[in-house]
Amino acid sequence: MSSPAPRRPREKAQVLDETALDRALTRIAHEILEKNGGAKDLAFVGLRTRGVSLAHRLAAKIAQIDGTALPVGTLDITLYRDDLGMRGTPVIRGTDIPFSIKDKTVVLVDDVLFTGRTIRAALDAIIDLGRPTSIQLACLVDRGHRELPIRPDYVGKNLPTSRRETVAVRLREHDGEDRVVIEEPEEA
Amino acid sequence: MGWTRKDLLSMRELDAAEITLLVDTAASLQEIASRDIKKVPALRGKTVVNLFYEASTRTRTSFEIAGKWLSADVINFSASGSSTSKGESFIDTAKNIAAMSPDVVVVRHSSAGAADLLARTLPCAIVNAGDGAHEHPTQALLDLLTIREKKGHFEGLHVAIVGDVAHSRVARSDIHGMRKLGMTVTVAGPPTLIPPFVQELGAKVSYRLEDAIGDVDVIMMLRLQQERMTGGLIPSTREYARFWGLTLDKLARHARSDVLIMHPGPVNRGIELSPEVADGPYSVILDQVSRGVAVRMGVLLLLAGRKEGDGA
Repeated sequence: MSSPAPRRPREKAQVLDETALDRALTRIAHEILEKNGGAKDLAFVGLRTRGVSLAHRLAAKIAQIDGTALPVGTLDITLYRDDLGMRGTPVIRGTDIPFSIKDKTVVLVDDVLFTGRTIRAALDAIIDLGRPTSIQLACLVDRGHRELPIRPDYVGKNLPTSRRETVAVRLREHDGEDRVVIEEPEEA
Repeated sequence: MGWTRKDLLSMRELDAAEITLLVDTAASLQEIASRDIKKVPALRGKTVVNLFYEASTRTRTSFEIAGKWLSADVINFSASGSSTSKGESFIDTAKNIAAMSPDVVVVRHSSAGAADLLARTLPCAIVNAGDGAHEHPTQALLDLLTIREKKGHFEGLHVAIVGDVAHSRVARSDIHGMRKLGMTVTVAGPPTLIPPFVQELGAKVSYRLEDAIGDVDVIMMLRLQQERMTGGLIPSTREYARFWGLTLDKLARHARSDVLIMHPGPVNRGIELSPEVADGPYSVILDQVSRGVAVRMGVLLLLAGRKEGDGA
């Protein structure tokens, strides 16, 4: 491989700690129930990788609040990207939605909403699997810089950022801690 | 670990990590076959040309389905009915097809090295779909995917490859792939059909079917390729079937109860496989074919989705 090793990004600020992250998810769970008048015909679809963990946590919150066990699916949008061949080897990890999304209200869950291109791809991917009643979007962080007319229905934290920064959502399941931080590239 | 090769020409040139990447990618794509709408837009706007100079059912069809499920435009070329019958050479035909800017050319030819020649000549990605008795890498990959799905792993498995090894590009690709993934391979057949180099590839050799199938996880039966034989290699097909044909009786007496029976197709029923075995509970022959589509989707995706200017 010819690409140079990426410079280690520097942590600039912590945006959410463990408690704040959990509170944000609890609020989103309540908002989902409020907006949809309960948990009837709802289903979660998480975007790989961290959206899946967040979707499972939201489903657990709703089970606590409402007593309803909602199905959670996993979506890999790699095959729907608009930049294949621009980012190196596509890594396909598979879609697993073991329930029919027909006539369901699908809540898409992603960790960070940025340009909106991932969500555009996810919408196409979902619609290829069936015809849901509606699709809603939940994200833990909305960092702005949209390139498409896409907006979230549920947001954990609105976070104005500059384009050169990255927002890293670290979750227990993958990173051993629950935390959201802003990183910026180390100056050369 | 990413994919950096322009072409897929052989299992020999791949390392274990590359083989695993191909198998993993294919495994993740299998889900598409169970959808109502079997189409994803990944290769929209890409062109795949199937350049087939030899007869093929499974390979050509599955490359075509794989390309179409990924939204590529797939064009089939077969030697009969083309300018080949007017005397155009292989390389001239290929250059003319390349002049129409395809992204991937899938080639099958009766001469070993045909795919390699194209890869050196044409700028697009080349997939070897079988070149003479040399290699057939996508068949080996679908065999590997089938084995992993059924057995759960590769390391430590023992495979018997039985029959006409001398004419089999599948056997060659399988031996390379299986050895690299830590499997033991025993090759078995009449001495005239066992080429001398198989030991150099790390395979054991047996000249008795009953010995070869005794303690293996997988039995890969090969087709007796009579169209490639110039004669004198076996006394008769009846004799071959008697000594080398796999029957339920031989399986029951010599093989393990959890053995998998595989065959790259097309099956000569009654010669290398009895119909009861081909259609029986140990047989995963049709599973191999289904996985073939996923493997070819994976190969097309990795080759066509490779970053411009990546690698060699």
